[in-house]
Amino acid sequence: MIAYLSRRLLGLVPLLLGITLISFMVIHVAPGSPMDLLTDMNPDASPELRDRLAEHWGLDEPLPVQYAMWLKRVVVGDFGNSLSRDPRPVIDKVAEALPVTLVLNLMSLCLVMAAAIPIGVYSATHPYSRSDRAATVFVFLGFAMPTFWLALLCMMLFGVELAWLPVSGLQSLDYNSLGPWGKVLDRARHLLLPVSIAAITSLAGMSRYMRSSMLEVFRQDYVTTARAKGLSERVVVYRHALRNAMLPVITLLGLSVPGLIGGSVIFETIFAIPGMGRLFYSSVMGRDYTVVMGVLVIGAVLTLLGNLLADVSYAIADPRLRRR
Amino acid sequence: MSILSRIASNRLTLAGGVMVALLFAVAVLAPVISPYDPGAVNTQAILEAPSLAHPLGTDGIGRDVLSRMIYGARVSLMVGFVAVGIASLIGVLLGSTAGYFGGMIDAVIMRFVDVMLCFPSFFLILAVIAFLDASIWNIMVVIGLTSWMGVCRLVRAEFMALRSREFMLAAEGLGLPSLRIMLRHGLPNAMAPVFVAFILGVAGAILTESALSFLGIGVQPPDPSWGNILTEGKNTIEVAWWLSVCPGVAILLTVLAYNLLGEGLRDVLDPRLKEG
Repeated sequence: MIAYLSRRLLGLVPLLLGITLISFMVIHVAPGSPMDLLTDMNPDASPELRDRLAEHWGLDEPLPVQYAMWLKRVVVGDFGNSLSRDPRPVIDKVAEALPVTLVLNLMSLCLVMAAAIPIGVYSATHPYSRSDRAATVFVFLGFAMPTFWLALLCMMLFGVELAWLPVSGLQSLDYNSLGPWGKVLDRARHLLLPVSIAAITSLAGMSRYMRSSMLEVFRQDYVTTARAKGLSERVVVYRHALRNAMLPVITLLGLSVPGLIGGSVIFETIFAIPGMGRLFYSSVMGRDYTVVMGVLVIGAVLTLLGNLLADVSYAIADPRLRRR
Repeated sequence: MSILSRIASNRLTLAGGVMVALLFAVAVLAPVISPYDPGAVNTQAILEAPSLAHPLGTDGIGRDVLSRMIYGARVSLMVGFVAVGIASLIGVLLGSTAGYFGGMIDAVIMRFVDVMLCFPSFFLILAVIAFLDASIWNIMVVIGLTSWMGVCRLVRAEFMALRSREFMLAAEGLGLPSLRIMLRHGLPNAMAPVFVAFILGVAGAILTESALSFLGIGVQPPDPSWGNILTEGKNTIEVAWWLSVCPGVAILLTVLAYNLLGEGLRDVLDPRLKEG
């Protein structure tokens, strides 16, 4: 296991370098230097000031030198300060936004698994039944659904027409005056719509995947053996088949991380949730390029860690994999 | 059975194919079938509900929504095909090179793919768009540049399997140049999954474009796109439901059509991948 882990960790180094290189290039190869972004809107920016700023940021150095300088700071977590009106360090802003996005996505992943496993198992144990066909229709609709549109309609229906749920933010204005249960309830009411809408697309994919994974496992010899031993169908399905069918799902969970983080731009913007997606969107709109670079790097590194975590859990769950 | 008759025998695939064909027809014939000029402002008919004169109503400055939807079909069709065309080209080039040569070349290309896959693609697209101007051309290029990795992996796998086949060895034995072997002998045998990935990719690109336009960084008004019609719909949803319902339904059905067609083609072209 230790050999496996160290091999995997070593493999991360070139990927991390690649991630920083691409993030750097995206910003610096694009037309318009960061200097223009800093001084274009500022009538006080004299040529001398521009020179001083260029020297400060190292913008007069050749690109590879700039990259090395930037990388040296990034390694210790220094992404510079935000260029917006709120000039705190980028890392502080990310530290504030990241937990929100993580918690939201974890909750929606739990929801996805809680719904996808029973749907997938049922579809696989009753293939081509009416319910299986209904699940298939749902899967195709889920895949094709523009989430921002669904979010808009749900906001309209539950938030405005029926007024059951709040439509923006994470807490009500009177949050601090609520009792402990009131606070939990308030949070839950604010999270219900964003979490369930974020779950829709993944739910479609995951239940489809569970179905085919279960069908695949049903064809294996050990399932036949279990049946031949006279075990009840319930034990065969849940003890023998499901546990094996769940294995590839771990990998799929890891692979879904970038999609979830990327998707957070849309529903965090719509529901006004102060997470990574909204931070990134507002930084992009404000051309706050230190934040853009920081979030880009951190988002990619998170994906990398998500994949690593998935692979390691897979190796723990399935000893056959460790030897490869 | 020929491929066409097998497609026709699956009702869902056929439905997807017919819908895609219809969308093509609408996009091509847009100037002929639009009842109005999609940019024509009519201050006498602001936010009018659907009627005989305006089957899908009018928007905030009196433009005919049906005409704008029809021209919007052009945008999504063009974005879908051009973006996925770019992605497929990059994917095929890199994937066939990696799969055919193997070794170091393969390792470097595949690490590049791994790195690209780490970026939430929506972040990467937003970052680039932020520093370029938001225009339909930039969007197509950027979506293409950030979505080629799947095709690359597919083509690489096909080429690795093809490498040891007799006809490829024969071509090598004849001393043909590598490029010719790859393009003339390898590629035609690796195209089936690319074709399926292309159709499914168009669906993804259309969703991405509409999301970008909805956020205001895609196709810019006054040019109509389903995404930016929806943005206006969002602001007037309480008085003009048709402005948010029409584009949403159009996106949903279009993406559904491409997905149905793509999945059906996959079953027909590559029975190994068929589920269940």
